[in-house]
Amino acid sequence: MGAINRRQAFLLGGGFVALTVLPMAANAEPSNDAAELIKKFTGGKEAAKGKITLDLPEIAENGNTVPLALTVESPMTAENYVKEVLFVADGNPNAGVATLMFTPMSGKAEASIRIRLAQTQNVIAVAKMSDGSLFTERKTVKVTIGGCGG
Amino acid sequence: MADKPRIKLPKEAKKGEIIQIKTLVSHLMESGQRKDAQGKPIARKIINKFTCEFNGRPVFSCALEPAISANPYIQFDARIDEEGTFKFAWTDDDGSVVTAEEKIALKA
Repeated sequence: MGAINRRQAFLLGGGFVALTVLPMAANAEPSNDAAELIKKFTGGKEAAKGKITLDLPEIAENGNTVPLALTVESPMTAENYVKEVLFVADGNPNAGVATLMFTPMSGKAEASIRIRLAQTQNVIAVAKMSDGSLFTERKTVKVTIGGCGG
Repeated sequence: MADKPRIKLPKEAKKGEIIQIKTLVSHLMESGQRKDAQGKPIARKIINKFTCEFNGRPVFSCALEPAISANPYIQFDARIDEEGTFKFAWTDDDGSVVTAEEKIALKA
């Protein structure tokens, strides 16, 4: 009799959940070097969520110029400031977008740039504070016309 | 290569004021992903670095990748504690550097 008892059914179900959840946690499609770049930036440490505000359009009609504005909560004093912010795009041919370097003389950890997005994807920011703590934020942008000149 | 960069910042600021600086430089930012009419890849040529200094001290800088749009626009802030000169520099893949300077005075 090949019937599955309750325990087996539970295990099977659990395995299924793990299988479907894992790739999502690792961010859908590791198609480019996004994960490696983040790892290199953080030194393998876990980045907490928060402190970062990303201002990106939900839908970008033209992937060639997508406005991206960043704000990181920080007093920006000599003792406590945002040192670096890494931007990666996980669906571009190359994940790297830019690395911004702030100093206490920046006054505010705010910046705006315009980026290229080849397709609908996540833009991920990782901020490194002067005390070494790490914060991250991500946002999905739907791209109507890709911006890598294909 | 690039034309004269455009920079927008106030002429004067109060001591301790945080000002906003907007910069734009004309550059194709060839990503290295595109192909020409013959199907050959077009070599990458971008501005890969931007720096801003105030009176010789770093204020803001960034490393740029091909995912930055053509004619890179960069906006950031700076705290003004004294009068002085901002120095901006854009570094091209070919090693050439475009520079610009802007002075700022303290409001009485």
